[in-house]
Amino acid sequence: MAVLTVNDLTASYRKNKVLNDVSFNVQPGSLTSIVGPNGAGKSTLLKVMLELHPKLSGDVSFFGSTLNKMKTRVGYVPQRGSVDWDFPTDALDVVLMGLYGRVGWLKWPKREHREKAMDSLEKMGMADYAGRQISQLSGGQQQRVFLARALVQEADLYFMDEPLAGVDAATEQAIMTILNELRMKGKTVMVVHHDLQTVEDYFDHVLLLNRTVVAHGVTKDVFTKDNVYQTYGGTLRYMMEATT
Amino acid sequence: MSYTAWILLTASLVGLSCGLMGVFLILRRMAMMADAISHSVLIGIVSAYLITRELSGWHMMVGGIIAGLLTAVLVQWFNSRGVQQDASIGVVFTTLFAIGVIMIATQVGNAHLDVKHALMGEITFVPWDLIQLSWFGAIPEATLILIIVLIIVVIAILAFYKEWKITSFDPMLAASIGIPVALMHYLFMSLVSITTVAAFDAVGAIMVVAMLITPAAAAYLWTDRLSIMLILSGTFGVISAIGGYYIAVFLDTSISGSMAFATGIVFMISFLCSPKHGVLAQHFRTVKM
Repeated sequence: MAVLTVNDLTASYRKNKVLNDVSFNVQPGSLTSIVGPNGAGKSTLLKVMLELHPKLSGDVSFFGSTLNKMKTRVGYVPQRGSVDWDFPTDALDVVLMGLYGRVGWLKWPKREHREKAMDSLEKMGMADYAGRQISQLSGGQQQRVFLARALVQEADLYFMDEPLAGVDAATEQAIMTILNELRMKGKTVMVVHHDLQTVEDYFDHVLLLNRTVVAHGVTKDVFTKDNVYQTYGGTLRYMMEATT
Repeated sequence: MSYTAWILLTASLVGLSCGLMGVFLILRRMAMMADAISHSVLIGIVSAYLITRELSGWHMMVGGIIAGLLTAVLVQWFNSRGVQQDASIGVVFTTLFAIGVIMIATQVGNAHLDVKHALMGEITFVPWDLIQLSWFGAIPEATLILIIVLIIVVIAILAFYKEWKITSFDPMLAASIGIPVALMHYLFMSLVSITTVAAFDAVGAIMVVAMLITPAAAAYLWTDRLSIMLILSGTFGVISAIGGYYIAVFLDTSISGSMAFATGIVFMISFLCSPKHGVLAQHFRTVKM
């Protein structure tokens, strides 16, 4: 059974249509990169699926059910730039936020929640930075904190918006190790990705998106020159031919 | 209690509730929203008076909440339809405030409710307007309302601490894990409204903005922890209120003006001296290097 089924999803942003009849489904245990040019609607696709941005039409089902019923099984890592890193809080506290939904109304996080958050930071190699104010962390460390916050949710399906953007090589490796571990455990991960060079090494599935799905499937079948050209249009053809 | 003691207590209550609410206003980047609500509650207060023909704090509270929520909803609505956030705030609150002013000038016009009072407040009148509580004795109505509002604010912050924290820091994550972001926003706006209305009598629409924003902005410079920021901001609010009163006595001038001025002094001291963001600390750091 598909973990995620998207049917004819259409959405607009300030009257411009950014997603048009997007349909695909995702199998459990896959690691999919969502690839496409700027403005192709990659981030919007994640937000619309998670009902953080309104859709015009179409439907999305999670584990054969609705998002509302499956919320605890779905995790989301927003773009690092979407939050204020000067917020008065530390790394452990940010990770703890991933558990707020589970703590419940009118309750405060308990020691077990703190321990879980700490384990998660440790997994990302960030245990030494638990008490560090978040603005004092490097970009790569901030991204690891975001990943730790997603891990602590123990979801079955993850959406990650550019987790590898602007991070150092060590962080990139740490994140990819974690993503592969998640896949081994049968979890499903969809990642908005910008670096075409690493798609084949990192991801077993790829979704080429430019307002609609250009191609979707196993990376080695779908990630062909023709499909990539079609997704990016003329500009990329020029760039790629210039470099090869 | 003596006349001065009532004024100091009332002013401290304003400083404390505004200081606490201000922390979340700053972190949610809604300082301008405080300005908007502090003005547009006027239309709620006047409407409550026109409907009930009584100058009762409780009616005004309800009117103020409705006006505050109306402001928040309208700002959001214009914004979602392509008007920029700050322009949207500017348009909504000035219009609502203007209607309030016209209503006072044409419909109400008596000694108890006038435009100057609404803008500047008059804390010196507060101790005269006493009500009797059987278990306590005489207490100024404005002070009693402020005590109740402070209790509501403290309970709400304790109850929704993590929800307001996560919706302030990362609303996208909050929504994705099922926290009702919009509901928390409007609940927060309601609390800002009641705090503003409660503080209205004492400091008026303009000075309440100083009490909401400045102590919190100062507290932000001293700490990296939200809980400490709340404690500091509340403390700065109380210090400014009491300090402002004595400045006013010393200079024989407006109490609300002096209280707002005192928040400015607290902020300047923080801006210069805070160990983390302070100008002096930064100067010495560069010298050391």
